[in-house]
Amino acid sequence: MAAQLLFFYFGGVTIAGAIVAVTSRNIVYSALSLLVAFIHIAGIYVLLNAEFIAAVQILVYAGAILVLYLFVLMLFNPSEEKLYLHKQAKVGIFLGVVVLFMMLFAGYKTEIIGKGGPLTAQAVKEMGHTRVIGNALFTDYLFPFEVASLILLVAMFGAIVLAGRGVHRKKGPAGRIDLSYRDKLPKKSSETPEEVIVGR
Amino acid sequence: MELGITILVTVLQIAAVLGVVLTHVAYLTYAERKILSDMQDRLGPMEVGPHGLLQPLADGLKLFFKEDIIPAGANKIIFSAAPILVLVPALIGFAVVPFGRDSLQIGAIEITPYITDINIGLLYILAFSSLGAYGILLGGWASNSKYSLLGGLRSAAQVISYELPLGLALVGPILLSESLSLTDMTVAQGGGIWRWFIVSQPVAFVIYMICAIAETNRLPFDLPEAESELVAGFFTEYSGMRFSFFFLAEYANMILVSCIAVVAFLGGWQAPLPALEFIPPIVWFLAKVYFLLFFYIWLRATVPRLRFDQLMAFGWKVMLPIALVNVLLTSIVKYFLNQWAEK
Amino acid sequence: MIPLSYYIVVSTTMFVVGLVGILIRKNFLIILFSIELMLNAANINLVAFSHYSGKVDGQVMSIFIIAVAAAEAAIGLAIIIILFRGKATTNVDEMDLMKW
Repeated sequence: MAAQLLFFYFGGVTIAGAIVAVTSRNIVYSALSLLVAFIHIAGIYVLLNAEFIAAVQILVYAGAILVLYLFVLMLFNPSEEKLYLHKQAKVGIFLGVVVLFMMLFAGYKTEIIGKGGPLTAQAVKEMGHTRVIGNALFTDYLFPFEVASLILLVAMFGAIVLAGRGVHRKKGPAGRIDLSYRDKLPKKSSETPEEVIVGR
Repeated sequence: MELGITILVTVLQIAAVLGVVLTHVAYLTYAERKILSDMQDRLGPMEVGPHGLLQPLADGLKLFFKEDIIPAGANKIIFSAAPILVLVPALIGFAVVPFGRDSLQIGAIEITPYITDINIGLLYILAFSSLGAYGILLGGWASNSKYSLLGGLRSAAQVISYELPLGLALVGPILLSESLSLTDMTVAQGGGIWRWFIVSQPVAFVIYMICAIAETNRLPFDLPEAESELVAGFFTEYSGMRFSFFFLAEYANMILVSCIAVVAFLGGWQAPLPALEFIPPIVWFLAKVYFLLFFYIWLRATVPRLRFDQLMAFGWKVMLPIALVNVLLTSIVKYFLNQWAEK
Repeated sequence: MIPLSYYIVVSTTMFVVGLVGILIRKNFLIILFSIELMLNAANINLVAFSHYSGKVDGQVMSIFIIAVAAAEAAIGLAIIIILFRGKATTNVDEMDLMKW
């Protein structure tokens, strides 16, 4: 009973946060409600006995990815948008509702068929969730794990190459960045804030 | 009924830990002023109470009664929420820190020396302390001031950059103790000073300490609030209670990172020598934490501030590679030790 | 005990909210937020199935998804920064340089 109440709390706040994130005019509010949603998703993971995933969820999603978003967002000097819906909004909402009912219809009756695995909630609790995940990650899933690290490496290079374009560093004693690229930019963006200094 | 007692005991535990931590925070500010002034050959606060002992109380009262100013053009909601967003992650980590060894038995009720012992303890602390960047970033943005925004951006960049080597430095003790639980980690270091992880993981300890200072925005890494460059960084526009929240969070963070350092590297509540075990464990714990806090203040009085690009280059080009190599070496050595132990 | 279908309802709703977000908003950042929402919805499903079937595979997959989401965020933000430098806008409709 208590678990159900907790589930309704976590699930409800998650969905509410998601809806506010998508519909809010102010993008900072969007980011904040997304943060709330992410933290409550971690709560759902705890209810599912997946503490390690819950911690990773907060650490990576809330602590790293969303901070990165917020960081870039601050550089844009966000303000309230006047006309914030796309012209295809009505079609989009209609399609969304249709898809929602279709997916709920398909998914609501879902049950696990076939034999359950050996890792019941009790077994996971005895072994410790971190150990269970670690065992799987470094035996059966070793190759995907290595590939995931490769993806992150490529993403890192990609981000550096993309965002670092046009920023030439002079090797002076002060080690400052050459910002002369700004003069070549179109006038509209002449007020670009300090993203280059911080964002590299 | 039993559930009610459990909840009551837990609430009391939380209240006790919060009370102790906040008192320590208050007197840490006093200790900092006294130690700094002693190092600079002056007296420090002397007016309120004997040797200025009531100074934290007076400071608190002053901050409490100050006018609460929200600057024009500031985003009111986020401006008010940001100090709380900074303070909560700083305090929430204390839930898993084991302060002592023995549980207190009163009838059927067992009072543990920690609020809870979850099996992902260290990850939990890292996860929640990584949320501290939000308050800084949002506080800087919501103030509608250039100094605040720049300070907030700097601070967030610094906190994100130094989180990586900090987490990687803690991987060493995690590998050695084979657990993320802080209690297990402490128990694994029992038996004397040579079993502490600072002996087997000296590099990780140094990296951890440096990154912890950067994480808490203390000198020599206090660029976010570099007074001479940015007025006061992200809390330039804050005053009164909201300002004191940022202040509390900084000192609570100092205590928290010291507690983690003590648990992960200095043996937690373990005595340095088996012969010294008659002294209660909590005394050892507090002594180690106090030593680290003194070290922080000592550092503040000694070293000058870094420049921002130096700070970032140091974090990414020096600390991160060393931490990564340390993790690699530790896991190789651990693997062969386990092989050897099996034979 | 919470039935499996409850988790599916939550994740489905989240997924659709993300989908609708992509369709109705103009702001590039909000679109990225919506993608994150959809990835999270998939994660909830994976972890729930993994819990109810007694196998750990779904949880491992959700860790991979989190890694991919981090990569996606880094690249997406880098693209936004370039676009913002050139046009000073985050409106996707104005990013039409490649349109003929």
